[in-house]
Amino acid sequence: MNGGRLPENIMHFGRVLRTAGLPVGPDQVLKAIEAASAVDVADRAQFYWALHAALVNRRGQRELFDQAFHIFWRNPRLLERMMSLVIPTSSVETGAEESEPLARRLAEALTPQETGLREREGDEEVEIHAELTWSDREVLRAMDFETMSLAEQEAAKRAMAKMRLPLRPVPARRFRLHPRGRRPDLRATLRGAMRTGGDFVALRRRRRLRRPPPLVVICDISGSMARYSRMLLHFMHAVTNDRDRVHCFLFGTRLTNVTRQLRQKDVDTALAGVAGTVEDWSGGTRIGASLRTFNRLWSRRVLGQGAVVLLISDGLDRDSGEGLAQEIERLHKSCRRLVWLNPLLRYDAYEPRTRGAVALMPHVDEFRPAHNLDSLEDLAVALGREPARRQEGVSEWLTRL
Amino acid sequence: MQTGRALPQSVVETGELLEAGDYVSDTALATAVFLSLKLDRPLFLEGEAGVGKTEIAKVLAATLGRRLIRLQCYEGLDVASAVYEWNYARQMIEIRLAEASGETDRTRLGRDLFGPDFLIERPLLQALRSGDAEPPVLLIDELDRTDEPFEAYLLEVLSDFQVTVPEIGPIAAAVPPAVVITSNRTREIHDALKRRCFYHWVGYPDARRELDILRRKAPGAPADLSRQVVGYVQKVRELDLFKLPGIAETIDWVHALMQLDAVALDPAAVNDTLGVLLKYQDDIARMQGSEAERILNEVRVELAAAGAA
Repeated sequence: MNGGRLPENIMHFGRVLRTAGLPVGPDQVLKAIEAASAVDVADRAQFYWALHAALVNRRGQRELFDQAFHIFWRNPRLLERMMSLVIPTSSVETGAEESEPLARRLAEALTPQETGLREREGDEEVEIHAELTWSDREVLRAMDFETMSLAEQEAAKRAMAKMRLPLRPVPARRFRLHPRGRRPDLRATLRGAMRTGGDFVALRRRRRLRRPPPLVVICDISGSMARYSRMLLHFMHAVTNDRDRVHCFLFGTRLTNVTRQLRQKDVDTALAGVAGTVEDWSGGTRIGASLRTFNRLWSRRVLGQGAVVLLISDGLDRDSGEGLAQEIERLHKSCRRLVWLNPLLRYDAYEPRTRGAVALMPHVDEFRPAHNLDSLEDLAVALGREPARRQEGVSEWLTRL
Repeated sequence: MQTGRALPQSVVETGELLEAGDYVSDTALATAVFLSLKLDRPLFLEGEAGVGKTEIAKVLAATLGRRLIRLQCYEGLDVASAVYEWNYARQMIEIRLAEASGETDRTRLGRDLFGPDFLIERPLLQALRSGDAEPPVLLIDELDRTDEPFEAYLLEVLSDFQVTVPEIGPIAAAVPPAVVITSNRTREIHDALKRRCFYHWVGYPDARRELDILRRKAPGAPADLSRQVVGYVQKVRELDLFKLPGIAETIDWVHALMQLDAVALDPAAVNDTLGVLLKYQDDIARMQGSEAERILNEVRVELAAAGAA
């Protein structure tokens, strides 16, 4: 590698990372150039970690950086084209060692024009196979939610970033010093009194701390929900990473706890982890059986501290609502608040006529749509408000049953 | 208080020690207890309600002849009720007295006010500062009921056996207490805390062990009744119920049947006393009537076969 052109290359590398979604600004590029010149660039490991130290500042960015580094700094031809900034296409070597699937947004960042374009260049055939960088199994199963294009994903991510789902805080049993609290804090009072040697004792006060209750999301990933599940997974990822005490479950024909997978900061890694764990993607639905599993194995572990439950499902049940009524009743009784999100509610004329919906409706506290970003934002607003009495949110629906 | 007994030197001895306190253990539990005592690490016990988690700490304290200090956890448990608290009333009187006697040296007053005399020790501090020759057994019961901040606070206590009172400084235990932590798993305890402990999942006992437990805990029960009850409860645990009966329920049930002067199980007695065994209406409704009778018949057949063999 020509040392004289290294700074330029690093600048282009920084641009690739930025396009792929890493917040890399000019200052970081300068820092990276400085870092690279401080180490022995001939030593690949040193060079890698120098750039890593300068360009990565979160654990979640590491996978993307790693992939980008290995692709960018391996193919000199690719590099040349990058430098000339005419990047019609690029070569992504999918050799035997390249077992890790290339993150889709990175593939797009490396090839700004449409993928799949073929180009002959001298003796080397340069091909782009963005879709073949996924293994076949994932193409079959995981493509459902991972086919999101860069533009869509960016737009969704910006919207999701605002979605914090601020649950209304509930009083905790702990107290904290507060100037307008109701109760005296004797400990702080006496410590304060020591400053004046006891001549003057100012009463300090404390009040009850408030904290948001835990959140449990139970999401339907059956075939009828496939169009929404990928969007909602991003939503769940954003919410899971925003605060503590969030638990996420997916169900189709069986229930899977994906909390640990979704805690990964990098959304690609998180969703790949989910795809690897869930086996009943886009299949049938057995709501009753799945909720039964939840009630038996998980409810006592995750609902213990007065959790708010979001049940995301269209209420279409393969078992035609069998055993569903008892299970949803139990779930309703074990949580603080049960909100049913139904994408089918996008139709104005929706009537809860299916057996599943009829069984669910009497045991939820609120019934809301979840088919676009707007409805999710409305949900965040609704959950932040002073809650109505239980079931008040569905009283109108109940009369229609 | 009886004089302290030496710590067991092997897993077998630990099992015998527990048995001396009428606690029937298995090898897995005895090993966990032994390691925890030997290596001065807390013992973390998780399991369903009523399987005898708390009892282990009580039995350990009794058989080792040590004091049992119990910290019952609840939501909002804070340092003031778990570790120490200053005696504010006395402090205020002290300030007033100092005023009356014309004491003006602030530093001295501060030293006096926040000295050990005014410190009220709560369970955790008691366990660290006990003047006993033998360190106490510290039982931190139902840790899952507290919130995460308290759990984080426990990390310091459990790793160094030391607490810091800002006005006095760190207070460390001369000899670390034996610590037993229990959890019903109504939420997951953080890995950082579990890491410091020896973990044991307390499960339901098998029939032989459960019979042994009944013999010790309900010595007056007719042998036939005990055998039937154990056989019955074991069958019930195989069913798909919301809450399976624990050992505590088995013992309660035998006592209840004895109060009703039953010498053997019969369908009517089972139906009348199911509420002792099962605590959820759905479960009781499922069991009542024919299901209860079916299980009873199975138990009878099995006991008859075992008796004949």
